[in-house]
Amino acid sequence: MSTKTPSRLEKILASGNLAVTSECGPPRGSNGDTITKKAEMIKDYVDAINITDNQTSVTRLCSLAACIRLKLMGLEPILQMVTRDRNRIALQSDILGAASFDIFNILCLSGDHQSFGDNPQGQNVFDLDSMHLIQTVRYMREEGKFLGGDDIDRPPRMFVGAAVNPFADPFEIRVPRLAKKVAAGVEFIQTQCIYNLDKFELWMKQARDRGLHEKVYILAGVTPLKSAGMAKYMKNRVPGMDVPDEVVERMSGVPKEKQPEEGIKICVESIQRLKEVEGVRGFHIMAIEWEEKVPEIVEQSGLFPRPKVE
Amino acid sequence: MIVAERKPIEEIMGFAKNCKKILMVGCNECVTVCYAGGRKEVAILASALKMAFKKDGKGLEVTEVTLERQCDHEYLEEIRNIVDEHDAIVSLACGVGVQFMAEKYLTTPVFPGVNTRFMGVTEESGVWSERCQGCGECILGQTAGICPISRCAKRLLNGPCGGSTNGKCEINKDLDCAWQLIIDRLKALDRLDDYEEIIPIKDWSTERAGGPRKVVREDLKQ
Ligand code: SF4
Ligand code: SF4
Repeated sequence: MSTKTPSRLEKILASGNLAVTSECGPPRGSNGDTITKKAEMIKDYVDAINITDNQTSVTRLCSLAACIRLKLMGLEPILQMVTRDRNRIALQSDILGAASFDIFNILCLSGDHQSFGDNPQGQNVFDLDSMHLIQTVRYMREEGKFLGGDDIDRPPRMFVGAAVNPFADPFEIRVPRLAKKVAAGVEFIQTQCIYNLDKFELWMKQARDRGLHEKVYILAGVTPLKSAGMAKYMKNRVPGMDVPDEVVERMSGVPKEKQPEEGIKICVESIQRLKEVEGVRGFHIMAIEWEEKVPEIVEQSGLFPRPKVE
Repeated sequence: MIVAERKPIEEIMGFAKNCKKILMVGCNECVTVCYAGGRKEVAILASALKMAFKKDGKGLEVTEVTLERQCDHEYLEEIRNIVDEHDAIVSLACGVGVQFMAEKYLTTPVFPGVNTRFMGVTEESGVWSERCQGCGECILGQTAGICPISRCAKRLLNGPCGGSTNGKCEINKDLDCAWQLIIDRLKALDRLDDYEEIIPIKDWSTERAGGPRKVVREDLKQ
């Protein structure tokens, strides 16, 4: 497949290699070293690094500034951008800011509702939704224009991604929803963390039946469980998360000090199985506040070393 | 209708604390239907206020009136003769009525007796819920008759988000996910394929974002 942007992630995917991405959450403060330290830990094991945008609506150092730090380290950031906090003026403006530092990847999200975060009394914006943000970046890139119709001097060259959750309800529209994002212009997808592999495989099959796997690169999302407590929390408390009982039981079945190891094992086994699923083009490893484990997950899954592209 | 809830009595006592005689005005429209500011609520609030003042060793006189509407000149005019006899007006109409009252009676303080909540329906006895945010460019024709602007917590025009669980919204297990409702209804209409049409970026200039709004009908103007 030919590439449309200078994105390294796009090149790796287009070359047919399985891609590996991971993510870093910015700190709750202005200490930029936190980001660079996390990135140092994983940089040789991943092709690109997502920087989350005030995830779960908790105020943090901004995604754009953190992405610039990665870029200055010579790494490949994926700018996550939610439509919750900015209107179309601010979104386009931040896209240009990122483009001015040659940030070549963006992940378009609507974002969690602010009621989950540290400012539940704040306003939300939602001038656009994630579908519209995808359209906006593609329009800016392809047409070289702002939404308002004026020309952009040096348009952004960004590889456009989005998230999908194959496990949210209602299940019957989860593939149509992917199709809709593809129609909006999305080029790569990172999925919600996969624990229910059977259900994911069913979703993937339905996506293949519609040929969607040939229109968009799908990166399967995985998150290593640190403890049985975390498994239960994810199962019961996180909206749209599907953690089967077997997984919770497997984590609870080992002594506490062995649970992190078991979590990594489950994660690696999942990757091994998902590698065989047609249409899975890579992995998005979300090791939440556990970035130091990314290298061993990548190694044990047989995804190391990472391919070189110019 | 416009759904409102009565303010806590303490707050209303605060408004009236330096008054000897107040005019309490109910409204016979929406706030009557949602039991917040009709004739009955005026009577209840008036006696509660008088009792509370008495307990504090103060006297309060309350004149009770309920108008047909407070959002039209003709009904508001009905109290013109008595307004000046009062130290303040407490209006139990929605925020619209309270303001129109204040615009009309410039020298008498006007206080709100209710918190105006939303435009909605009576779901069942004692339960009201929101249905419309007056966006000025109705898209119900594209959303199977269910409004994602007022009923989806993120106003997603192309939902649902990844947080929709068992038909409920990610922010609250007691809240229906608007997009689940839209999909259920598309299914019932045998139009599920319509789901894949992207609803375009919305022009919000007809909504609050565009500034205070006004409708002018030249054919009806005098
Ligand atoms: S689309 Fe706009 S006008 Fe129509 S019900 Fe929703 S908010 Fe009201
Ligand atoms: S769960 Fe449904 S109603 Fe709630 S924010 Fe998501 S799409 Fe909107």
